[in-house]
Amino acid sequence: MSIDFQTQKVLAVFLTRLGDDRLVLGHRLSEWCGHAPVLEEDIALTNIALDEIGQASAFLHLAGEVEGGRQTEDDLAYFREATHFTNVQLVEQPNRDFASTMARQFLFDVQSYFLLEILQKSAYERLAGIAAKCFKEVTYHLRHSKEWMLRLGDGTEESHRRLQSAVEELWPFTKELFTFDDTERALTDLGMIPPLEGIEGKWNELVLQVLKSATLTVPASSVHMTSGSRIGKHSEHLGRMLAEMQILARSFPGVKW
Amino acid sequence: MLHPTKEELFSILASVHDPETPAVNVVEMGIVRDVEFSGGAVHVTITPTYSGCPAMKVIEDDIVASLRSAGYENTFVATVSSPAWTTAWLSNSTKQKLKTYGIAPPQQIPEEVILLLPTIQETVPCPFCESSETEVRSDFGSTACKALHYCNNCRQPFEHLKEI
Repeated sequence: MSIDFQTQKVLAVFLTRLGDDRLVLGHRLSEWCGHAPVLEEDIALTNIALDEIGQASAFLHLAGEVEGGRQTEDDLAYFREATHFTNVQLVEQPNRDFASTMARQFLFDVQSYFLLEILQKSAYERLAGIAAKCFKEVTYHLRHSKEWMLRLGDGTEESHRRLQSAVEELWPFTKELFTFDDTERALTDLGMIPPLEGIEGKWNELVLQVLKSATLTVPASSVHMTSGSRIGKHSEHLGRMLAEMQILARSFPGVKW
Repeated sequence: MLHPTKEELFSILASVHDPETPAVNVVEMGIVRDVEFSGGAVHVTITPTYSGCPAMKVIEDDIVASLRSAGYENTFVATVSSPAWTTAWLSNSTKQKLKTYGIAPPQQIPEEVILLLPTIQETVPCPFCESSETEVRSDFGSTACKALHYCNNCRQPFEHLKEI
């Protein structure tokens, strides 16, 4: 599929959003390395982190290429400021406790599952190829996060309390998972990606079903939702996280392992 | 060798073992997708098992080294995401090698079953005693592609190459 210059710009923005979501989430998960409550979860979280970072690498590599080939995935990951990152605010939230990390993961995994399921049918083969691969990996992430939602929610008094509190704290960040703007609309109009509007309904259905099975209360629909991250507006947490993530590359530009 | 055949090149690459699972090589693991000789250089196409597989760089270096040992100085390795790596590419003999090594091989499960919203769990037989009295301890093991299981019969933990 040949792409004109204008479409390239729009496509690069879209791919960067997908890449940034996974890069930031992958980095957050990597912060658990050596600190998880049990060994199996230390291994699980770091494995998932690797998947997310690998997926981010694939999306950002393609974004850089489509945009003109001046930037590699490393340039995009390590040398952009927070205001140029376009990940949803949900994934930059701190790990806090294990319940909070699992809630964040679950809410993201459900969106990722339904989004990638659609994107693997993209008319742009390279995007379809990456999406198909990521989709298979996400099925294992979702199985893991969903099981922890059930185990913690329908668990002890403490695990239930912590998870309920986590779901309420993260709920305001969920609307952004389905906020599509001119970028997605343009790509849909061009026939490059299928329409994405149906994802929200599927997300709601599965999330509500799991929250109910986990004996958790669904937060009120009147909760104020955050917005703006797709155009670079972030919570106070991203800058701090990037400082740690980027310090090595920025201190020694061009360093090779 | 000025005009190697594809077969000859594949057989050189078959000497490169999977760094995490030395019992199998990168060709039978489905990591090497294609190889050809053109323009005086060897062109190898590889695909990662999982997106973030950290062994890919080592595998790439080992591929270049193996070709160099065979006399091919000019080598290019390209990584592709598509078609997505799948355990369906592993032959029965490869699966047998994994089992002998102590890793429960992936089972022949239809793709649509694997992709079902995760609700099912197939029983994996123990590679040591063959019992089906096994349980999953974690879907995530020592490498991206392996899950951790436990056999209640012979009481040994074992790893399983996940179906994907």
